[in-house]
Amino acid sequence: MKDVITLKDIAVSFDGETILDGLDLSIHDGEFVTLLGPSGCGKTTTLRIIGGFITPDRGDVFFGDQRVNNVPPHKRQVNTIFQRYALFPHLNVYENVAFGMRVQKKKKAEIAETVEKMLALVNLKGFEKRAVSTLSGGQQQRVAIARALANNPKVLLLDEPLAALDLKLRKDMQVELKNIQKSLGITFVYVTHDQEEALSMSDTVVVMDGGRIQQIGTPTDIYNEPQNAFVADFIGESNILDGVMREDYKVEFFGKEFRCVDFGFEKDEPVDVVVRPEDIDIVEPEKGDLIGRVTNITFKGVHYEIIVDVKGFKWMIQTTDFHAVDSVIGIMIDPQEIQVMKKSEYSGLYGDYSSFSEEFDGLADPEAENGAAQ
Amino acid sequence: MKKKSGMLAAPFGIWMALFTIVPIGIVLWFAFTDANGQFTFDNVREIFAFDPSKGETLWNDSFVSTILYSLWLGFLTTVISLVIAYPLAFSISRATERVQLTMVMLVMLPMWMNFLLRTQAIKSLLSESGLLNQFLGLFGVGSLEILNTDVAIVIGLVYDFLPFMILPLYSVMVKIGKSEIEAAQDLGANVFSVFRRVVLPLSVPGILNGITMVFVPSVSTFVISTLLGGSKRMMIGDVIESMFVGEAPNRGVGSALALVLMVLILICMAVTRLADKSESTEEGGFAL
Ligand SMILES: Nc1ncnc2c1ncn2[C@@H]1O[C@H](COP(=O)(O)OP(=O)(O)OP(=O)(O)O)[C@@H](O)[C@H]1O
Ligand SMILES: [Mg+2]
Repeated sequence: MKDVITLKDIAVSFDGETILDGLDLSIHDGEFVTLLGPSGCGKTTTLRIIGGFITPDRGDVFFGDQRVNNVPPHKRQVNTIFQRYALFPHLNVYENVAFGMRVQKKKKAEIAETVEKMLALVNLKGFEKRAVSTLSGGQQQRVAIARALANNPKVLLLDEPLAALDLKLRKDMQVELKNIQKSLGITFVYVTHDQEEALSMSDTVVVMDGGRIQQIGTPTDIYNEPQNAFVADFIGESNILDGVMREDYKVEFFGKEFRCVDFGFEKDEPVDVVVRPEDIDIVEPEKGDLIGRVTNITFKGVHYEIIVDVKGFKWMIQTTDFHAVDSVIGIMIDPQEIQVMKKSEYSGLYGDYSSFSEEFDGLADPEAENGAAQ
Repeated sequence: MKKKSGMLAAPFGIWMALFTIVPIGIVLWFAFTDANGQFTFDNVREIFAFDPSKGETLWNDSFVSTILYSLWLGFLTTVISLVIAYPLAFSISRATERVQLTMVMLVMLPMWMNFLLRTQAIKSLLSESGLLNQFLGLFGVGSLEILNTDVAIVIGLVYDFLPFMILPLYSVMVKIGKSEIEAAQDLGANVFSVFRRVVLPLSVPGILNGITMVFVPSVSTFVISTLLGGSKRMMIGDVIESMFVGEAPNRGVGSALALVLMVLILICMAVTRLADKSESTEEGGFAL
């Protein structure tokens, strides 16, 4: 596939503080790419580099094979939906959406037709004459979406475009945006810190932290094969354990060897091991690879979430069966459910689920946990 | 609720009554009465009076000509101030916060000095042996006779009233977010387009305020014109002043003049605002 946008070794710093550090990213034509990461990790900065509002200190930006480092924003064939909407306060809804076409001196009839189509698309029919200052946050956000789409961009940059919408509208707009992207064949570069949104909408997810890309991959890759402890922790729930790679396909943790599908590590290399809560089987204690005691159980609707103490390490396990607190259970893990990762700067940052209880649900939220770790 | 806000507004109401309504009432009274307190249109008629037998015309020899002359100088002053202030205010509004503070201070600094002093300073700058001519002399340009001309008056007016153009402009421009400008660029607007479609329409309220705050005082100014324009021509403010404190005072005509001037200024302001309305409604943009 053709690359529409390529970022090569991009570095940016503000006031001597490094914001982006050696960013490499290729975006294919028609792809839905999501930049996912905690607040302040440099997502908006990356978009602004593509949009032309920031010139990187180092590295190159290519549109196709053309280097565009010094091309000003108005000459770039990309449009942005800004994080804070940035609507024009002196123009009504209609004129906001028409702005790009007016600049291009399009015909009146064409403008009217496009504006109408775009407003219908974002569910804002009948709002044409409204002043933007009288709109709710969600309505303003939808005007911003319509305004960018009306310009018929080749690449659309979306900076948390759904953040101000309520859950129902957000879900609808997610589907809507995805449909727009598919039917118009536009390349989307989408920024969010909502992992569910990222996983469900994207072709490719770019996980960022601290101004660096932690992992690029399909949503399934990112979820099933995280490359380091940060990604594992940030995406979904995960038990992150210290382990040692004894040999190819054989990893040891809690003093026990497990078969796994990973290879290519040094002999006896210390590693991080990830096991997702839903990938663990609970068996009779004597049949288990590990034995633990249930310390907490929470009903979550489709399943129970139980916390199991194994030699002082608290695991989270999702199961459809009820297990009473203080009951002793066995744990079995299939080889393909064990993900082995190289040690990284993030190793050891994310502990077990010992702080977990119903009241402290927030602590298990990857973002909050990450914030605390920084 | 209503009662409370009414009470809060009371001091303002008293102020308005004492210093706005009453003076206008007095002006009206003087303008439409003669020396005996009898109602008359004579004072107003006097403004348009000229003596054809002496070869005088309405446009050259009545008070009307002085009024038109003052409006013209006021217009020039306003336009020049706007041309100077607009880019200045915009660049101040785009600077860092600290630079903004410093620049605003520098703009206001001269306002803290008595305007008579400032005008005297301008006078000595422009005089035959003044700094300006000395400077021009360095380049071999002969000494210019600026003092006692309309140019000197306009220079003085612009100098005195420029801050009143810069400050209202700055205060609306500083509210134009960087993000709105970026959004316009993002949608394909080049520098000129951003200016025409975003910056200019958003600064219109400041332009209108600035125009009002410069035009009104420069049209009705006095002293500045006598100091810098010499005794050759008087502006209407000087004439009105002379009607009250001069050698041949005539309160009636002075008041009538003040009244006519006020009406003319109100008409000018109304026209400006109407022009703005009709232009901003079409296309939502701002036609240049
Ligand atoms: N103009 C600027 N001057 C100084 N620092 C800046 C500037 N813009 C961004 N930063 C800093 O760069 C870092 C990354 O900012 P960025 O806006 O890219 O984060 P983000 O990933 O979009 O976060 P969020 O999810 O909160 O929007 C932050 O620490 C921010 O404070
Ligand atoms: Mg951001």
